[in-house]
Amino acid sequence: MEQKGRESELPAIAEFDSVGLRYGTGAEVLRDLDFRLADAGFYFLTGPSGAGKTSLLKLLYLAQRPTRGRIRLFGEELSEAPRESLPPFRRRIGVVFQDFRLIRHLSAFDNVALPLRVAGASEDEVEGPVREMLAWVGLADRSSARPPTLSGGEQQRVAIARAVINRPNLLVADEPTGNVDSEMAKRLLHLFTALNRLGTTVVVATHDVGLISATAGADLIRLENGALVDPTGMLRNPPPERA
Amino acid sequence: MMLGWLFASPADRRLLGGSRFRGPTPWVIAIMSFSIMIIAATGLALASTASSLGQAIQARYALEVPNGGQNLDVLVATLKSAPGVVSVQAVPESDMRKTLRRWLGPAAESADLPVPALVNFDIRPGTDVGAIGKRLQSIAPTARISAHRDRVAPLLRSMRALQWLAFGLVLLLSAAAAAAVVLAARGALDTHRFTIEVMHGIGATDLQLTHLFQRKIALDALLGSVVGALAGALVILALASGASFAGELTGGARLPAIDYLILMTLPFALTVLATWVGRTAVLAALSETL
Repeated sequence: MEQKGRESELPAIAEFDSVGLRYGTGAEVLRDLDFRLADAGFYFLTGPSGAGKTSLLKLLYLAQRPTRGRIRLFGEELSEAPRESLPPFRRRIGVVFQDFRLIRHLSAFDNVALPLRVAGASEDEVEGPVREMLAWVGLADRSSARPPTLSGGEQQRVAIARAVINRPNLLVADEPTGNVDSEMAKRLLHLFTALNRLGTTVVVATHDVGLISATAGADLIRLENGALVDPTGMLRNPPPERA
Repeated sequence: MMLGWLFASPADRRLLGGSRFRGPTPWVIAIMSFSIMIIAATGLALASTASSLGQAIQARYALEVPNGGQNLDVLVATLKSAPGVVSVQAVPESDMRKTLRRWLGPAAESADLPVPALVNFDIRPGTDVGAIGKRLQSIAPTARISAHRDRVAPLLRSMRALQWLAFGLVLLLSAAAAAAVVLAARGALDTHRFTIEVMHGIGATDLQLTHLFQRKIALDALLGSVVGALAGALVILALASGASFAGELTGGARLPAIDYLILMTLPFALTVLATWVGRTAVLAALSETL
């Protein structure tokens, strides 16, 4: 008990307490979620299709409020926080969407630069990091291309570059390697682990077993029918070395 | 800076895409602005005319003698010598007969016709008209004094009613322009819903997003207002410069300089109104999202 009590005081970037979510008057798609994500942790979110992975990610990146329970992010209770208070927290979260969510009429450069500009960076502060990031994802020569002219894999890389450009505290990725080849998948995983080593908490929803097995030390969150499968209690009380 | 949103960076301008001044909004506002200019100018001209007419007849009275002018010279002399009377003009009998001819035809020229006498006179403020009347009635008992303002009052009332009607129409057209801007803002939000979702997702505030739309609305409104106002100004100038058809419409009324100044501010007032309404509509719509 003492050990458990000490562990629960370890820094957590996200804490879910009896969280449930339903859309409209439908059945709950997420229920009784109780877990903590340790600061600088690396998590894979798995589960069958329809288990609620994307809904859980939406709660994490503040696109959805829970219908019950409490969510603390970055040490703040945000489940009922006024909407005006959310933008600063959203700026600390990078999101890679399954459908990329790139703005079609903006160039790859402008799409990647968006988080920096929203945060108030000047054009001088934007130019270098964005060029560097595009070069890193192998799109240096496609910076002025618009998303409709990019392949699926290229769009995904732009989406990933946009998600990590401002070094978020929390990176949430929904099937980030779904449209890239194995070589690019390795590079992206390398990027995620590098960010993780710098202190970013990474949550990756994936079916890619290879990706999971290639990431040493990552924790696994498994969802089934909207409920967390956490028989070891590890998510509720992260081990000290991870936290 | 309060007007910082007007000077968006090229990157911010690219966010909404599309060419500037596309869509019907500038043209709807131009039509409203044109109509507002014309109606406002008409209202101001009516107000100016009513005011001039009211001032001109304020101190003017008419002396009527139904039985003709046997004592007319005495009456005129009495009037001229009365305290407070500034000027006296007797209407010539020939003019009275000319007026009567409209109703009576050639019979108006008959020597047997008792033509009433009419004398217009102006007084200084504070003059006792009753005392003047008593002096005149001692000479001609049937003589009657009436104030011009009492006779013209219905006309002035109509002119003032029309002036308020014009003012009301200006307000209605402004409200219609504002409604058009609200519809345009909602349309723009629908068109750019995806961009808004993405921007919100990466931490953009409502105000950051609103500024993008507010700038576009302000530029559209300014273009429409100025184009409409310029067209309206051309028509007004044509009327004011006495074009042949203008005299028919205005009765020779002219606008004072202050009224021109008011008309010149209208397109900018309309732009400010449209921008404020657009901004409010966008903020309200964004507040319905998370």
